[in-house]
Amino acid sequence: MKKNYIIGILTVSAVLAVIVFRYFTNKGSGDGASREISYNFQIRPILSDKCLACHGPDANKREAGLRLDIAEEAYKALKEHPRAHALVPGKPELSELFLRISSADTSYRMPPASSNLPSLTPDEIELIRKWIVQGAKYEKHWAFIAPVKSPLPKVNNEKWPKNEIDYFVLNKMEEKGLEPNDEADKARLLRRICFDITGLPPTPAMIDKFISNNSPDAYEQMIDTLLQHPSFGERMAIPWLDAARYADSHGYQDDNYRSQWPWRDWVIHAFNENLPYDKFVTWQLAGDLIPNATKEQVLATGFNRNHKITEEGGVIDEEYRVEYVVDRTNTFGTALLGMTIQCARCHDHKYDPISQKDFYQVSAFFNSIKEVGIESTVGGHETFAKNPRMDITQEDLQGVLNFMNKSDTQGLQVSVMKDLDTARKTYILSRGVYDQHATEVFPGTPAAIMSFADTLPKNRLGLAEWLFDPRNPLTARVFVNRVWQDIFGRGIVKSPGDFGMQGDLPSNPKLLDWLAVDFRENGWNIKRLIKQICMSATYRQSSIVTPEKKKIDPENIYLSHAPRIRINAEMVRDLVLASSGLLNKTIGGPSVKPYQPPGLWELATSGRGLLATYRQDHGASLYRRGLYTFIKRTVPPPSMMIFDASNRDQCEVNRPRTNTPLQALIMMNDPTVLESSKAMADLLIQEKKKPEATVTEAFMRIINRHPQKNETDLLLLYLTEQQIYFNTHPEEVKKITNVGEYKAKTTASPVLAATMQMIQVIYNMDEAITKT
Amino acid sequence: MNKELLEYGLNINRRKFLSRLSIGLGSAALGSLLIPGLFDGTAAEEEAGFIPGIPHFAPKAKRVIYLFQNGAPSQLETFDYKPTLVKMMGQDLPESVRNGQRLTGMTSSQKSFPLVGSYYSFKQYGQSGAWVSEIFPHMAGIVDDLCIVRSLHTEAINHDPALTFFQTGAQQGNRPSMGSWVSYGLGTENKNLPAFCVLLSRGKGNGQGVYSKLWSNGFLDSIHQGVQFSSGENPILYLQDPEGMDRTSRRKMLDKVAALNEMELKEFGDPEIATRIQQYEMAYRMQTAVPEIMDVSKESDDIIKLYGPECLVPGTYAANCLLARKLSENGVRFVQLYHQGWDQHGNLPNEMRGQAKDVDQPSAALITDLKQRGLLDETLVIWGGEFGRTNYCQGKMSVENYGRDHHPRCFSIWMAGGGIKPGMVYGETDEFGYNIVKDPVHIHDFHATILNQLGFDHERLTYRFQGRRYRLTDVSGHVVRDILA
Repeated sequence: MKKNYIIGILTVSAVLAVIVFRYFTNKGSGDGASREISYNFQIRPILSDKCLACHGPDANKREAGLRLDIAEEAYKALKEHPRAHALVPGKPELSELFLRISSADTSYRMPPASSNLPSLTPDEIELIRKWIVQGAKYEKHWAFIAPVKSPLPKVNNEKWPKNEIDYFVLNKMEEKGLEPNDEADKARLLRRICFDITGLPPTPAMIDKFISNNSPDAYEQMIDTLLQHPSFGERMAIPWLDAARYADSHGYQDDNYRSQWPWRDWVIHAFNENLPYDKFVTWQLAGDLIPNATKEQVLATGFNRNHKITEEGGVIDEEYRVEYVVDRTNTFGTALLGMTIQCARCHDHKYDPISQKDFYQVSAFFNSIKEVGIESTVGGHETFAKNPRMDITQEDLQGVLNFMNKSDTQGLQVSVMKDLDTARKTYILSRGVYDQHATEVFPGTPAAIMSFADTLPKNRLGLAEWLFDPRNPLTARVFVNRVWQDIFGRGIVKSPGDFGMQGDLPSNPKLLDWLAVDFRENGWNIKRLIKQICMSATYRQSSIVTPEKKKIDPENIYLSHAPRIRINAEMVRDLVLASSGLLNKTIGGPSVKPYQPPGLWELATSGRGLLATYRQDHGASLYRRGLYTFIKRTVPPPSMMIFDASNRDQCEVNRPRTNTPLQALIMMNDPTVLESSKAMADLLIQEKKKPEATVTEAFMRIINRHPQKNETDLLLLYLTEQQIYFNTHPEEVKKITNVGEYKAKTTASPVLAATMQMIQVIYNMDEAITKT
Repeated sequence: MNKELLEYGLNINRRKFLSRLSIGLGSAALGSLLIPGLFDGTAAEEEAGFIPGIPHFAPKAKRVIYLFQNGAPSQLETFDYKPTLVKMMGQDLPESVRNGQRLTGMTSSQKSFPLVGSYYSFKQYGQSGAWVSEIFPHMAGIVDDLCIVRSLHTEAINHDPALTFFQTGAQQGNRPSMGSWVSYGLGTENKNLPAFCVLLSRGKGNGQGVYSKLWSNGFLDSIHQGVQFSSGENPILYLQDPEGMDRTSRRKMLDKVAALNEMELKEFGDPEIATRIQQYEMAYRMQTAVPEIMDVSKESDDIIKLYGPECLVPGTYAANCLLARKLSENGVRFVQLYHQGWDQHGNLPNEMRGQAKDVDQPSAALITDLKQRGLLDETLVIWGGEFGRTNYCQGKMSVENYGRDHHPRCFSIWMAGGGIKPGMVYGETDEFGYNIVKDPVHIHDFHATILNQLGFDHERLTYRFQGRRYRLTDVSGHVVRDILA
């Protein structure tokens, strides 16, 4: 290459002269006057995706000594060709970067074919050209600049906004030529807030009361009431348990039982108490280090012990101990910082300014735990929690841990955090391998995000302080974004676990920043944040999608209508049980084992341990909310997995949302759904309602609105058809009503069977499992 | 517009479908006619150099059947014949051979490492003259159809990470399974069946669990997840209608559901509703298609004889081999079997014989059966475990009884069909069966080779997740060209 360089540059220059000329002439005038190109929002994504893998932060993979993510480096004379420069501000025709990306000569063009990276599109090339013309100005990555509240943007339709959120949203809509939808009808709105705040559907009585309440505060009052409901904590816990990779088994080979559920009960409790987010996280990261820590604060640290722990005989202890430290570090990165710092375990990060050293500096905070890689193989209750662990006593249950749901504490232990008296030394591990010690490192954080102040204690408590420092650019944004995602189905940043350079850019950066600062300024108040979102006009829009809107904004990024979102796995189960009246509302306690197709655990087990066979529960335990379903990591509950629940293997902050035939099969054939249909049918028959009233009641219990006439007609017709069918098929009546443990109070009559079938149809409606 | 492809697309989620349709068909204009606004948004998410559903080059293999021997069968008692070990029986493993390589915690504290030779005898078979142990008489009979690779090696030394490595290309983490990658890469051939199916069975030997993460779609769309088939009446979870509901009643019920969903679609215009309607139709079709496949009553006596009488007992390895052929024949891209019970830390001579008896005939039968149907050429069959076993004895040793610990440095597998050279033995280990001396094949190489046979450049079959383009082969891997036909 070097040899041919001069010849190359000559021929190519000729070609380029033409190309560059074309660019200038095609685009006509107004180059300098045209809109300012944003480095962060327009240029960096291109560089990051197509250039930085070889010309970025990773020193080991850097080609030609060229680095394009830092201005000074990119402006420098090229190492291999001192007369040339990658970037010459104002002069694309002299900028090697521009010449290379736009060259027609494939041997000269960047990125090279061998990189398997796509060439830049003509639009991208043009953007880069304009950016160079405008001075090739670099900016710090948007997510590493602390957020500030900008003034509310001007909007044309001043009547529409109900709170600050709406100004930001409407401003974007107006920019894109979109108008907001009308407000949704009251019943649908009620259903929405019920699911978003409590994870449960409203009852028919609630619906009618809400619809007939014409007071202007009715909506706000309802939100306030729901926020005080204890099911709020359960609903909020689910995404947090995903991020915290909570499960009821140790994972790995034998995957035996673990007793970590008291930590889960604490999470529910903390959300219900509205523990501010800074405390909520600080306790989980460092509750044990708080002076005079309460047992509640220590229990909270179970967060960092939820990772998988091996019980496979013969493993190398240190290999697994390191694995746990790495897991905590990764979880800290993804869940709290929204950064993919795990990429820097084996090498410097390829895209973000996080070096391998940074990774191990962060890991040093989690490296001094009094733990081993393998403490015990499959065994009795002494293996259900691993050291360090905490005993939970009767006294605790009556006192500081009185939110826990368990009367008997016999041998109950939870894995928690506790540091060694003297810190373990932490080293950079070459290629991430547990015994390949390189340089020693000390607790610290990536400087690009925010340096770790000397005044802070060099332990997890200090790390928590760093996290909640008002100058920390990520903490508030990341959490606010996830709450937004839970409610709207998509974060303002679409990649909630990656706010780095390869992550998605915020669709509405000013809104994100305003919300983040507002959240922090108001005491990290989670309930307030949720209320704020639910009160907005943005949230209250109907979810009707017009063809025009679909055309302008197919993914509804700008929220010109409310999103229609399939409810999550736990909510599907909760809807079914709550609507039928079967739901057992008990909060907390050990996880339960509802109906599950036979043989799943048995077929996959090593044969060892408590979880080799699935021992299904009976009675009231069959009807607990979805978040209490037992999660055995290696064989997670299938009805949950099919609806995209997390397998809790690792920290997860973004469940996919799919639409598959297996989901249809669950709604058609899962005994929980069938039994609920039976229970509801039984209930309705006892109420001796007329067929039409029966249909309405069932519809309101499941869909949570009054049916329209064509819906009622269709369901009534089906009910009649089914009744005629079952009148002449008594054997089928017996069979179809023989499902689940629920004992119907009415006899197994054709009416019961027919009503049950009609209810089944409603459960299988798309709207049943969709927030509309 | 190919209706099947359209329908297939609707079975995926809408956004993915758009991106797939827009390029997969190569008829952009048609796509936008069907779905207005298709190309206005940010729909396209295609990867550099890869279009989902379209291979990079003409594939040799269209489908894979992977007979995974879970627990790690010893190479020294199956395909890697080492007479030296018999001669040196009881002598200590020379340090020069071990060379400081790590051992598991189960034997690292052993005072000595006595070499132990195979309890079983070996003979050469076929044109290729490959050495095969006496416990595999049926496999020995088809050895000229096999390519035995004796030089596989891995980094993992424990079951969980080793299995995970084999299945996902990484020891830790939630990456997509090999079958999911293939489903993602090639799409489905049969709209009534999942593209990636999983069958489990268990032998009598010391077992190690399997985990559903092994057939997880990881960050790929969940349509690519392995669907576990169980033995018995409900082969796919929740497939069977409740008692008291016949097909006519189910159809009627689904018609009502569809009518209600159509009303909703009209009101809200959300394409997800249309997808939901399609998914119910696919569910209904699966309810018929799957039981038909599971039904072996129409198989001829010759076939039953070929696989052995156990193939009529649901849930056995033999039954799963027969089912694997039927699924594969019906267009399932990737059939993954797991047979447990190969973890012989002790009692090896006794246990391995039992394990071998369960798998020998059906494995060979599958090859013969595919061949006689003309399907072997386009079906890649793989047989093997997650690592090898040590050449020294774990625990007490006697002539009649010994055990072997985990050994990642070398182990044997075989491949057949799908454009792999038949009648070949590839790779060589030292006379102690401890280190590879010729043609090592790393797991990443193995994956690269499989993808190559399916028409993919493993470096270009990528999926972007959390800012990084992921591959099955992570950051390395070379196609083992020597074993390609």
